[in-house]
Amino acid sequence: MYVYILRRLAVAIPTILLLVIFSFALMYSAPGGPFNSERPLPAQVMANIEAKYGLDRPVMVQMADYVWGVVTRFDFGPSFQYTDRTVNDVIAQGFPVTLTYGFWSAVVAVIVGVSLGIAAALRHNSWLDYLAVGVTIGAQALPNFVMAPILVLLFTLWLGWLPGGGWAGGIVVNACDPRDSLCWSAFGGAIRLDYVIMPVIALSTSYMASIARITRSSMLEVMNSNFIRTARAKGLPMRRVIWRHALKPTLLPVISYLGPAFVGMITGSVVVDIAFSTGGIGQFFVNSAFNRDYSVIMGITILVGMLTIGFNLLVDILYAWIDPKIRY
Amino acid sequence: MKLAQRDAVLLEETMGLAEIRGRSLWADARGRFIRNKAAVAGLVVLVLVALFAFFGQVLAQYEPQHVDFSLMGANAWRGVPSLETGHYFGVDSDGRDLFARTVQGTRISLLVGIVGALVAVVVGTLYGAVAGYVGGRTDQVMMRTVDILMSIPFMFVLILMLVIFGRSIFMLFLGIGLISWLDMSRIARGQTLSIKNKEFVEAAVATGVRPFTIILRHVVPNLAGIVIVYSTLLVPQMIIFESFISYLGLGVQEPMTSLGALINQGASQMNNGTLWMMGFPLFFFLITLFAFFFVGDGLRDALDPKDR
Repeated sequence: MYVYILRRLAVAIPTILLLVIFSFALMYSAPGGPFNSERPLPAQVMANIEAKYGLDRPVMVQMADYVWGVVTRFDFGPSFQYTDRTVNDVIAQGFPVTLTYGFWSAVVAVIVGVSLGIAAALRHNSWLDYLAVGVTIGAQALPNFVMAPILVLLFTLWLGWLPGGGWAGGIVVNACDPRDSLCWSAFGGAIRLDYVIMPVIALSTSYMASIARITRSSMLEVMNSNFIRTARAKGLPMRRVIWRHALKPTLLPVISYLGPAFVGMITGSVVVDIAFSTGGIGQFFVNSAFNRDYSVIMGITILVGMLTIGFNLLVDILYAWIDPKIRY
Repeated sequence: MKLAQRDAVLLEETMGLAEIRGRSLWADARGRFIRNKAAVAGLVVLVLVALFAFFGQVLAQYEPQHVDFSLMGANAWRGVPSLETGHYFGVDSDGRDLFARTVQGTRISLLVGIVGALVAVVVGTLYGAVAGYVGGRTDQVMMRTVDILMSIPFMFVLILMLVIFGRSIFMLFLGIGLISWLDMSRIARGQTLSIKNKEFVEAAVATGVRPFTIILRHVVPNLAGIVIVYSTLLVPQMIIFESFISYLGLGVQEPMTSLGALINQGASQMNNGTLWMMGFPLFFFLITLFAFFFVGDGLRDALDPKDR
């Protein structure tokens, strides 16, 4: 087991390094520096700016410095567009928001998806099964950037139930007003429930559908296997058969899907941030893309890459731990 | 004697039967596909969407770039969809004919999807077939590379590339081409591993055919079924991928457009009561995706019967 973890780490760490170096090389090869503008700056000014950001040093030194900073201090350097903040400031501001609704989306996707899948499999070929399959197919063709405007149209413009965007204090507010029943405490801050609902629905639906589909087919297979027949034959009640015997093998393929789902959710959070103006990390990412703020884009890309690789590692280890059949 | 005569008649009948043509694998698959109503409906919709995308321009009364200045700021009531003004789908927020723009956007989206799938088919199939056929250390290195590439959040890297090298449709095609083949190579490799041990490959090896020729002549044609199925399912994924980037405003640039960009523009006008701006592109986006999914599912049932 430990050898397996070490072997996976031996792949994961160079991958992250490669991603950092690749992003740096990309940025360095960009036509025109980050400070080129319509009107060329005087040579002295340019030289001063470059000296301030360390751009006058040799490439290899710059790269080594950047990689060292990221790896040891988790420091992504200054923003090239806003002199008053660093990439770390941007991440610190936006990431908690993304984390909040990302976490709830993952919880909703897994709980609703697994329950729906199991229910559909247990009532195979009933209306519930057909409904689940229908929802699954429908959600496949409704990516989050389609969901988001439809949700706003429905719940904000027509029904007027939910706010169409913004974060209303969100994580910035540290404590809830006790009279405010929609306010929840979470992650050391407070969130207003009504602002989280639509981002969570937009982000989680398609993964919920995928998880439901995977669970359903997995459960159907498990329920037809010999050990379940044995469990039922010896007279165990249905509930016990499901909880004690069927659930664990059913969830194995779901766990292996969590890796890709996580990548998809992190990518999808960009759309959710834009569509609902949450002020999450995706909004900074796209704004920086328009401003050509290279260091911010690079920092966020690397951060997301690290998270993705780390999470995939975690899922693999979890899988190897749960499934005794896996070779490592 | 009489018996022999009857035998002869029987023999003749059987010979006649043999000439009626045996049912090939593909004919079987076609039969199964045609019996699948959802898949056939999907195919019909796809043909219609393709006709709309490539010949819809003929019906449009305006050029996609023509800006009707008299409608600017007034398109909520004067730019509504109507047959009289010739703006069948109304106008967009800049006073451009939405019918012509939707035709253009559907065309770009379809092209992106098809190009992405083509790259996947060519690169992914060859890569997977080579890895699976050669095996051993080469296979290990090749598939590890795919694993590593798959663990990188490509959307972010692609946006980084789009920002640095400029937003162009070429970069978009390049980016989509870079990622689309990864899944396909895994599928092709898995299939190649089982094909590799079949007798016909052994026979080819025994007669001294070179490995690369075996891959091209004997392995790749036998991958065709599964490759067709997965490339059909890959097209909508690529369309979603491109629309995602265009929705963020980082994909195709004006005056070009795609369904994702149109949906984004329509969504930003939602407050003004001009829902057609989002509705028509959304409609074409959704029916295209559904059609591809149904056709892909139908093809999977038809070509991969053990899956049922």
